[in-house]
Amino acid sequence: MAHKRDTTSIMLAGVGGQGTILAAKVLSEGLTRMGYDVKMSEIHGMSQRGGSVTSHVRFGSRVDSPVIPLGGADCLCGFEKLEALRCLPYLKQEGVLIVNDLEIYPLPVLIGAAEYPQDVLQRLTREAEGCLILDAHGEAEQLGTSRVENILLLGALIHRLDLDGFPWKEVLQDLVKPAFVEMNLEAFALGRSLA
Amino acid sequence: MKKQLLTGNEAIARGVYEAGCRVAAAYPGTPSTEILENLSGYPEIYSEWAPNEKVALEVAGGAAIAGARAFCSMKHVGLNVAADPLFTIAYTGITGGLVINTSDEPGMHSSQNEQDNRYYARHAKVPLVVPSDSQQCIDFTKEAFRISETYDTAVLLRTTTRVCHSKSLVTMNPREDVPQRAYSKDLKKNLMTPGNSRPKHHEVEARLESLAEYAEKSPLNYIEGNSREIGIITQGIAYQYAREVFGDRASYLYIGFSFPLPKQMIRSFASGVKQLIVIEENEPFLEDELKKMGIPCMGKDRLPLCDELSVSIVANAFRDILGDSPLTIRSASEGLPPRPPALCPGCPHRGIFHVLSQQKDAVFSTDIGCYTLGAFPPLNVGDFLFCMGSSISAGIGFRRADISYGREDRKVYAVIGDSTFFHSGMTGLADVVYNRTPLVTVILDNRITAMTGHQHNPGTGCTLMGEKAKEIDIPTLVKALGVEEDHIRVINPNNLKACREAVQSAQEAKNPFVIITKAPCALLPEVKKRSAKNWFAVDPDICTGCKACLNIGCPAIRMREKKAYIDKDLCAACGVCFQVCSFKAISMGRKQR
Ligand SMILES: Cc1ncc(C[n+]2csc(CCOP(=O)(O)OP(=O)(O)O)c2C)c(N)n1
Repeated sequence: MAHKRDTTSIMLAGVGGQGTILAAKVLSEGLTRMGYDVKMSEIHGMSQRGGSVTSHVRFGSRVDSPVIPLGGADCLCGFEKLEALRCLPYLKQEGVLIVNDLEIYPLPVLIGAAEYPQDVLQRLTREAEGCLILDAHGEAEQLGTSRVENILLLGALIHRLDLDGFPWKEVLQDLVKPAFVEMNLEAFALGRSLA
Repeated sequence: MKKQLLTGNEAIARGVYEAGCRVAAAYPGTPSTEILENLSGYPEIYSEWAPNEKVALEVAGGAAIAGARAFCSMKHVGLNVAADPLFTIAYTGITGGLVINTSDEPGMHSSQNEQDNRYYARHAKVPLVVPSDSQQCIDFTKEAFRISETYDTAVLLRTTTRVCHSKSLVTMNPREDVPQRAYSKDLKKNLMTPGNSRPKHHEVEARLESLAEYAEKSPLNYIEGNSREIGIITQGIAYQYAREVFGDRASYLYIGFSFPLPKQMIRSFASGVKQLIVIEENEPFLEDELKKMGIPCMGKDRLPLCDELSVSIVANAFRDILGDSPLTIRSASEGLPPRPPALCPGCPHRGIFHVLSQQKDAVFSTDIGCYTLGAFPPLNVGDFLFCMGSSISAGIGFRRADISYGREDRKVYAVIGDSTFFHSGMTGLADVVYNRTPLVTVILDNRITAMTGHQHNPGTGCTLMGEKAKEIDIPTLVKALGVEEDHIRVINPNNLKACREAVQSAQEAKNPFVIITKAPCALLPEVKKRSAKNWFAVDPDICTGCKACLNIGCPAIRMREKKAYIDKDLCAACGVCFQVCSFKAISMGRKQR
């Protein structure tokens, strides 16, 4: 859209239960506190049962649609490889791609009715130069629990998008359950350093 | 006051609160559910889950007659269930303000059809209000209460998934203190018999004329003036898409109050622009009215009737007018395996479905809930479905058709969840008993309304506001409806032996038979806590790779190096796989924590 000014669009794509929603919440809350106009959109409902989930976060001086158009995402963060590939049509030509090197088999694959493609990473790197591939699941497990892989990926995303200069720690402290704050802060810092 | 990021649903709840509402009722349904969940956080408002949408609207309607501001909420198909009271509340009017939210689902992210409920406003002759973001969700809701009281009418508030589930910035205000309006007995107004309804219909038509005058000055209808080359008439989320595509290259007439329409405003806007476009999702609700008024416009000649609109669809539809170059879209994602939702590991529907899936020559009339997912491979328990509560009644019809052609042998099973049974399954079962149809009803009681995200219902022992409630006992209810005691089985669905015995008895029964499975949803916190300690593991030395355990469709089980493998993190220790393994290759272990 030729006249389109300054909206930045970030898409998080994963599988129900991976914590994309919390990551999107932390991100959009931080951007709000930075003083941007912010919109965020996600689909609930069936997604809880292990289906694909996406969260759209957009910010700028004025945001219209809460949903990112095809070809309009400045950054796509895939919490699972196949979901990253599925959402690739949303990524801008020069957009930033971050991928969690993790396979979660969908039911048709589990029961042998379909195959999990073997060349996901090759296809992703071919499409997006400078694509960041992270073993967020494994790294998070080393911190104590794979549950914080979402915040680790968020840390990487924030670093890649040059949004570092903001007290994200405060946002995490406000939005994460007190018992898990420490671990999430660690994951966030690790994600930043890996990006 | 500081701006906050709220979803449309949180914002509607906030608007209802600020408007001084006292009574709110709903039945859950995506994308409307979170409105009442958020309202329950305000102790000033009595809020409840009703067993279905008709009851919810009648509760709210009664409160409005009593002189309180009242609210009710439902998903689009819920309004079909509540249509009966809606059409006559349109006649009685209110004492205190009444706002009814319907959340439509263009794109059917979690619905069985795509219906545009704006037509309900016209059909029932009640005013219609349509917001496009969270701030409007608050402001329009409050204005809807004012309209309701000024014109003595219920008001329909219509939202869609993208408005309900998107967050945008809002400013909040304090709650208005609204005193109870005096109720006085007035049969001509409040008791609709033919004699009273005839004059009422005339009043309703007169009310629409006053509302048409209001439409011209309503703050919900406004013009955003930019270039006069293009004028766009729009509402709801479609406005956001139009604004993103056209920006300042068009002027906008936003129709927030859209039944009855502001006809003069539309005429003068139309005459002030060179090209007129109507941009709306799904049906040509506004466009048809413009055509009737003789105003030429573009719209559904370029935009689709089916599915959601999007920025990309709007941009492509008007590219010739705007001259924008299209965004480049990558095509690397073709041919990927889909990721449909599935029954969770540990889901109590799995065990009984596995046993039912082995019945030969059986037909399954299924219903709406998580268990609908059991209709797909590998379980395949589910043949047809219309709407909530249809399993038992449609099952009766199927069975009766078979019987009339002498096909007594084909067994018909109706499968229905606990929440759905309370919603509209009980009447079906009354029919089964009354007309003695040899149907097997399987009531899947997982102790919660699971599909929509764990709402309480009359069987769970807890209210929306968090109070302890009387649990309606399903076996007692089924018996009271007249099912013979020896034709009722209450079983644990995770116990396959018990499932087989119950299904065997059902298979042999000549009279109405009911199986009630009782085991809580695997995602309930107390169940997760219990199952977190245990898991089942496959011994690869014993496993023959026969894949019998894959036939239960558990997301925790897959093949690894030609043997079954169970993902410890996903396993919820229900033990169904352990029971289907004939080689005793699966055994229970404890997770070290
Ligand atoms: C008329 C109508 N109202 C609401 C819904 C939304 N809805 C879909 S499934 C469901 C809950 C089903 O709960 P239950 O029967 O207990 O089954 P479970 O999901 O727990 O297995 C609801 C409320 C709907 N589809 N139709």
